[in-house]
Amino acid sequence: MDYLTIIQILDSMLRLSAPLIFACLAGLFSERSGIFDIGLEGKMLASAFFSAAMAAATGSVWLGLMAGLTASMILAAIHGVASITFKGNQLISGVAINFLASGMTALIGQNWFRLGGRTPSLSGDSRFLPIDFPFTESIGKIPIVGPIYSDLLSGHTILVYIALITVPVTWWLLFRTRFGLRLRAVGENPEAVDTGGVSVSFLRYRAVLICGLLCGLGGAYLATGMAAGFIRDMTAGKGFIALAALIFAKWRPGYALYACLLFGLLEAIAIRYQNITIEGFGTIPVQFMQALPYILTIVILAGLVGKAIPPKAGGEPYIKER
Amino acid sequence: MKSLPKGVDLVLIPLINLLLAFMISGLVVVSIGENPFRAMQIIINGSLGSAYGLGYTLYYATNFIFTGLAVAVAFHARMFNIGGEGQAMVGALGTALVCLYIEWPHWTIAFPVAILAAALFGAAWSAIPAYLQAKRGSHIVITTIMFNFIAYSLMVYLLVHILKPKGQMAPESAKFVAGSNLPTAHEFFGWFGMVFPKSPPLNITFLLALLACFLIWLFIWRTRMGYAIRAFGWSETAAVYAGISPFRIIMVSMLVSGGLAGMMSINTVMGEAERLLIDSVQGAGFVGIAAALMGRSHPLGVFLAAVLFGVLYQGGAELEFEMPAVSREMIVVIQALVILFTGALENLVRVPIGKLFLKLNTKQN
Repeated sequence: MDYLTIIQILDSMLRLSAPLIFACLAGLFSERSGIFDIGLEGKMLASAFFSAAMAAATGSVWLGLMAGLTASMILAAIHGVASITFKGNQLISGVAINFLASGMTALIGQNWFRLGGRTPSLSGDSRFLPIDFPFTESIGKIPIVGPIYSDLLSGHTILVYIALITVPVTWWLLFRTRFGLRLRAVGENPEAVDTGGVSVSFLRYRAVLICGLLCGLGGAYLATGMAAGFIRDMTAGKGFIALAALIFAKWRPGYALYACLLFGLLEAIAIRYQNITIEGFGTIPVQFMQALPYILTIVILAGLVGKAIPPKAGGEPYIKER
Repeated sequence: MKSLPKGVDLVLIPLINLLLAFMISGLVVVSIGENPFRAMQIIINGSLGSAYGLGYTLYYATNFIFTGLAVAVAFHARMFNIGGEGQAMVGALGTALVCLYIEWPHWTIAFPVAILAAALFGAAWSAIPAYLQAKRGSHIVITTIMFNFIAYSLMVYLLVHILKPKGQMAPESAKFVAGSNLPTAHEFFGWFGMVFPKSPPLNITFLLALLACFLIWLFIWRTRMGYAIRAFGWSETAAVYAGISPFRIIMVSMLVSGGLAGMMSINTVMGEAERLLIDSVQGAGFVGIAAALMGRSHPLGVFLAAVLFGVLYQGGAELEFEMPAVSREMIVVIQALVILFTGALENLVRVPIGKLFLKLNTKQN
């Protein structure tokens, strides 16, 4: 394996990680505020569809992005109403949202475009195009460092860079602002926050909506950045891999980045090599590589390596004056 | 709110929830530009209007009874088993192994062995998440989701690399031995000199599903273990105080749950496909969640809900045929709305009705 191959794999790792980073941080906001969210997948799917559909209809990817974000945030709001206002079961609500997105996107897609649930192919201004950094030509010629700049870092769509920037922003928001402190507190001990005179519901709604926004960015990236259009169930479990990454990262933004990059790397390797043969060891089937994020998460959950402790009040609706 | 009459709690509220879900589904159909009442008529005619349709409806219902019971048993211990999909997939593997390599002289011998294998494989797949929940406190929902994906990868691997006969393109196993084929409704009714159409895949497994309903009722409400499971589900602290071991409850309820999910594969793999396919479960594991929620975790309720979803699945196929604008995914939307209204938004209906009854009661007094 030569240097350029490694760069190419890392490049595709970055591309594949971006939706995971969005969804993982989305889950981070929600779960840190005490609202479990297994509906990341559904929100991403809804955004992927509506962003692609709107982009196809108007020819503008930005209008597409707006539509995608709106769809995702509407689903997030439903989750919020069910789990905050009506104190319902957050897991069941998440399951419902995943099905709602899966069914609705296929149903509406078939009804609008009659392409078997796909949207028309996007091109030009109706999708996010790669951004080339300045001077890639000349810097790319520098050995070792050059390709990192011109092949690995340059040439992604704007959403990939936004995903990377979202990580420090999330950290800053959660650990360096008053809003973040309260958000984390409400996920650990909502009674204390309530006693302090801060509305638990309002905080949680904001967290859930931020979650919807980030899922929306991830979904829009899938359909209008990574691919050129929507296909049925195109999230293909990415929302759940992001959930796995969130546990892997122990609900911390920095670790979340590493976890998503790791899972993106696994996917990149699986796509490039299919079955990997190692001398004297045998063949690792591609299916094993695909299952590895889940297996690793189980290992973490089993407490064999480190221990993942979720926010204390997660999953419990807050009831005043019990 | 506990003072709600039993009939209201068990019948009225689920019915209102269901009605709400159907009303919104109707609005979706209207927004597509079709008549929801005609759609409903097509669904009912297509699923219940003929022996042919009924055969398919009950075939689907059989799947949902097993997966619904699986979710319901776990619910009683306040465990949310969303891994029915994976457990059924691995159960299908157990069924297939029994039916592929042993020359069965007659289905009556193959049937119980396959049931046992399916249940054991399904239970095994729920054992690790159950153990992790009981011993390590890892959330059962997360672990069972992960196990669904791992099961899927495992099945693809096994079918592509191991179980697929040489020279065949499609990733599916060889056809099962003839002696393992279960009698279909067509043959079954033939024994009694009655006529039933040949094509519906309804088979003897339906009777097994009915038996499972009864046995699970017996287990949950008439055995010591069932009592312990329910006690644990109502209040863990009280159960522990009464000397009930959480580890045992979690393990038993999840193993029974996984076993039931695994047994679903008897219907699809042994009864219908007669070979192992990659997607032998077809989302039934998830429909089970809706069925258990709607059926209030009671076997009778699960049975009724499973038949309802059977109606929707079979009727939905007819609907797509008659109303091309409304594609099959309409069922998924309805299913999502049922889960949302009966599960997550339960209090939307329960709280106002509770208040209404409180008012009525105070007036009477």
